[in-house]
Amino acid sequence: MTIPTNPRSAYGEALVALGAKDPRVVALDADLSKSTQSIMFKTAYPDRHFEMGIAEQNMVSTAAGLALAGKIPFLHSFAVFASGRVYDQLRNSVCIPNLDVRICGSSCGLSDFGDGKTHQSVEDVALMRALPNMSVLCPADSLELAAMMECILEWRGPVYLRVNRNDLPFTTSPDSAYRIGQITPLRDGDDAAIFASGVMVSAALDAARMLDAKGVSARVLNVGTIKPLDGEAAVRHAAGVRAIVAAEEHSVIGGLGSALLEALRGAPHAPVELIGIGDRFGLSAESYGALLAHFGLTAEAITSAVLTLLEG
Amino acid sequence: MADARNGRRTDDIRSLERTASKLREHVVRMIGVGKAGHLGGSCSLAEIAAALYFRAMRFDPKNIADPDRDRLLLSKGHSVLIQYAALIELGVIPLAEREKVKTLGGMLQGHPDMDKTPGIEAVTGSLGQGLSIGVGMALALRLDRRGARVFVIMGDGELAEGQLWEAAMAAARFGLDRITGIVDRNRIQATGPTREVFEIPQIEEKWRAFGWNTLTVDGHSIPAVLDALDRASGMHGAPTVIVADTVKGKGISFAEDTAAFHNGILTQGQYDLALAELQAAQAAPEEGRSA
Repeated sequence: MTIPTNPRSAYGEALVALGAKDPRVVALDADLSKSTQSIMFKTAYPDRHFEMGIAEQNMVSTAAGLALAGKIPFLHSFAVFASGRVYDQLRNSVCIPNLDVRICGSSCGLSDFGDGKTHQSVEDVALMRALPNMSVLCPADSLELAAMMECILEWRGPVYLRVNRNDLPFTTSPDSAYRIGQITPLRDGDDAAIFASGVMVSAALDAARMLDAKGVSARVLNVGTIKPLDGEAAVRHAAGVRAIVAAEEHSVIGGLGSALLEALRGAPHAPVELIGIGDRFGLSAESYGALLAHFGLTAEAITSAVLTLLEG
Repeated sequence: MADARNGRRTDDIRSLERTASKLREHVVRMIGVGKAGHLGGSCSLAEIAAALYFRAMRFDPKNIADPDRDRLLLSKGHSVLIQYAALIELGVIPLAEREKVKTLGGMLQGHPDMDKTPGIEAVTGSLGQGLSIGVGMALALRLDRRGARVFVIMGDGELAEGQLWEAAMAAARFGLDRITGIVDRNRIQATGPTREVFEIPQIEEKWRAFGWNTLTVDGHSIPAVLDALDRASGMHGAPTVIVADTVKGKGISFAEDTAAFHNGILTQGQYDLALAELQAAQAAPEEGRSA
């Protein structure tokens, strides 16, 4: 089976596959099934798909009820609404009772570049990560997304999955076994360690190649599971280098960088720089690339951060 | 003896009335002296809880995980003491837990917690979420072709939560006639009477506009409540809400219709008086009988 480069299409296909595998899988939408591509599930299993209308809070607590009665609900909306708008419903209806609800935060980060700050989610990882029992997944590409979806069915407790709106280059390998919580080394290197998630994984690989040209060898770690973060692995992968960078399409407050620093505390480690979005909201732009560049979410920015740390 | 109005046996009704008083007694003992507890909104639900748990609901205390059981969700989760009382009376919760409400390590939390307390179906208490959870349960039960019903108790103050109306729309849209909503219209919310704090007028009209059947009853009349529950179960194609007119703190003279006992503290004197009144109501052959 070929996996589409667009994560939304890959998500829709994977959801249909899960639906075939397990009759407990149901899907709920808030009038965005075309954007999230859960419409594929609706077409395949109309009786197990519920269009809840533009009413996200009700959708989340309804999913809790479905889970309490034995279903495995997958919820869909834009990441900004699927996390922030329904925070209290996720917290009380879903996370406190630790229900098997899966939340697809689609159009995550800045990936809905045209719609601007109201529709972009640069705080969702921080919000979701703070919720006890919630797991937070951020795939680097469609292959990793598909691998995560394979694992997600068996996982106990709620899962928040960030899905990018745009095509992402393949950076992960289709044949490696995946488990939730895994930090995947993509490249070896002795001078620096670059931890990255989501769209920033390919930027991190580009940065490593740019650093190579300058005689600096950097290892690249794909952190697909931001929570639960494998702290032991994080410490191991961070060991022995002279510079550590975390790169994410998210606020530097509370995301991957924060999770990494939490994991590294107590262990000796090199200086750390965080590449992410400062304490601010997104904005509209004519292209995704332009927006990522505007916020300094680039291979160049990662490269420069590594070099600065090494010079320091 | 048959009740003239509806053919129910009066001794059966009297028994449920006694049960309601007994539930109130459990509530008072749970709150105890000098500690805050949600007395008012628990006591306003006593007859409704008695009618549901001891007559209307398909609920086997010996098999509380039965997938075909009827579910009761207390969306107004702060009134959970009355649900604890019923579950104690049914033997689901050990009597020994009664005096340990809200204590560290106790089974009975300040708000409903399904992980801590047997017989509690969900986590509720963040107001406005209970009906949505009920919608999800009803959808799942329908997918699985189970005939179980879902009862959701809401407060009249709680109706200010927009999520409840989202859920109302969804329940009607999906034709979830196995859901029965119950609004405990006691007309007092945390900071005072609803007419002063945030009155929601024309409650029945609002539910009807959202596609629900409505029934209005005296929430302290066992026959009226039982009739309404019967009628709700007989209505098909749309969910039904029973708007129950109740008195906050009902059954305890000094607490009735008093905002102070939304989450008040009982003195020793009040505690003793409340127990005396509730025990008298259980003992008297006809007194305490709802009109």
